Amino acid sequence: MDKILVGLKRVVDYNVRVRVKNDGTGVETDGVKMSINPFDEIALEEALRMKERGDASEVIVMSIGSSDAQQQLRTGLAMGADRAILVETDNAGGSLNVARAFKAIVDRDGIDLVMLGKQAIDGDNSQTAQMLAAIWGRPQATFASKIELDGDVATVTREVDAGLEVLQIDLPAVVSVDLRMNEPRYVKLPDIMKAKKKPLEQIPFAELGIEAATEIKENVYTPPAERGRGVMVEDVSALIAALKDKGLA
Amino acid sequence: MSKVLVIAEHDGSALNASVAKTVACASCIDGAEVDIVVLAANAGAIAQEAAQLDGVTRVLTVERAENEHAIAAIYGPQIAALADGYAYVFGPSTTFGKDLMPHVAALLGVNQISDIMSVESAYTFKRPVYAGNAIVEVSAPEDSIVVATVRIASYGAVGAGNSAEISSADIAVDLPTHTRYVELQSAASDRPDLQTAAKVVSGGRALGSADSFNLIYELADKLGAGVGASRAAVDAGYVPNETQVGQTGKIIAPDLYIAIGISGAIQHLTGIKDAGTIVAINKDEEAPIFEVADIGLVADLFKAVPELTEALD
Repeated sequence: MDKILVGLKRVVDYNVRVRVKNDGTGVETDGVKMSINPFDEIALEEALRMKERGDASEVIVMSIGSSDAQQQLRTGLAMGADRAILVETDNAGGSLNVARAFKAIVDRDGIDLVMLGKQAIDGDNSQTAQMLAAIWGRPQATFASKIELDGDVATVTREVDAGLEVLQIDLPAVVSVDLRMNEPRYVKLPDIMKAKKKPLEQIPFAELGIEAATEIKENVYTPPAERGRGVMVEDVSALIAALKDKGLA
Repeated sequence: MSKVLVIAEHDGSALNASVAKTVACASCIDGAEVDIVVLAANAGAIAQEAAQLDGVTRVLTVERAENEHAIAAIYGPQIAALADGYAYVFGPSTTFGKDLMPHVAALLGVNQISDIMSVESAYTFKRPVYAGNAIVEVSAPEDSIVVATVRIASYGAVGAGNSAEISSADIAVDLPTHTRYVELQSAASDRPDLQTAAKVVSGGRALGSADSFNLIYELADKLGAGVGASRAAVDAGYVPNETQVGQTGKIIAPDLYIAIGISGAIQHLTGIKDAGTIVAINKDEEAPIFEVADIGLVADLFKAVPELTEALD
């Protein structure tokens, strides 16, 4: 296999307690820590390990978003990716357009394997990998916890509701990764310095020549209904009494 | 009339409980006429079950040897071909539906709505984002088909007193061979299914070992409950991955949820927000799980859980 393309989305860091803006237009991002979507980081780690084992020759990281996403791409380069692509847009208009942007780069650069996170922790959509596979007409293996390569065939273990499902797929293909695939490496300072010299290509979204699908409009954000704090009981017999009260024991 | 096509999830012989909940959501659309499609190698028994669901007009079956396992690249083109004439295509927000529905949407050239938690009007829906820390109301374009997954924890199952017409659909599409099913590794269990159980007992990292998790199993068996776990417990290898409850695991809504030795990270809480009653047992009184628990007990789980199991009749 020659080239692996990894998607890196810039999202609100997973440790941040997200708050809805008062005007309902979204969530607070001013002064909030932004990071690589954790699932995407796992996808990148796996791609780097494939390259280190000699299973791939180049790892390319790609983001679709504002120019701020350069920061996450630089982190990806510091982790070990060879080059980066930023498709610049303030609003791609939904996962299908994001998938079409990936497809444009797949075609342009001749990609053998696309690795994405199984979902982004902001929109929680879990769509891009499946959509890319559909429009590319190539296999998809979503929610993967293990991937084994043997020439042009990959054996992928998927975390599904019923347990672990194993699929065999022909490359080129799209894989979306789950939490337990690996533990991403820490970036070291010298690597951050080196990453500054690696190529980062910026392309305006409009230049990809993508026919844009109609967006699903976001009307208003609201905070979720609060679950009130309940009662504290002293011991197990009080707990059982409380359960019996509710008809639950 | 708004025609809705619901995709049946099944294991090859029986209908998954998620389907009756997806139908419940579909029925919330004004003037909905709900059809279910069963793609399978042998659809007979599954279609019979689907036909009993209240509110269903027709059950379509697509029987092909290739449909034995739910592979998105196989099911997707068939559903896209069937979708002609429908205003909506819905699937459950289980790993089955999450894998399949975006694939279908892309083949149809539309964006997809994930995790519908309420139908506000014909094209307007609510869904959770940021691990349930925000709810967003979205509107799909009215001039194209709506493809969506339904957050099954937000809906009760429809009844099963119907006898809808069953007919077979003939779809002539070429199917790829680039994706092949190998096997399903499953920790077979006689316990109620986690996603549909009325009661669930979950354990966290505080259990400390796979052996200690027997405390959870014993309590669950006494209650007739399903067994869940926090991500930490799964990562530590105490229990299989399919027991994970939370943002990236299963989103559940049992009548009773008992969280034992689970601190209550926000990613876990998002998986249980719709539970009827949440009980928390934890020795740390500052644990965030107590902020959402209806009944909290600060105690050493190794003492309290056996005592609770013993005392329940």
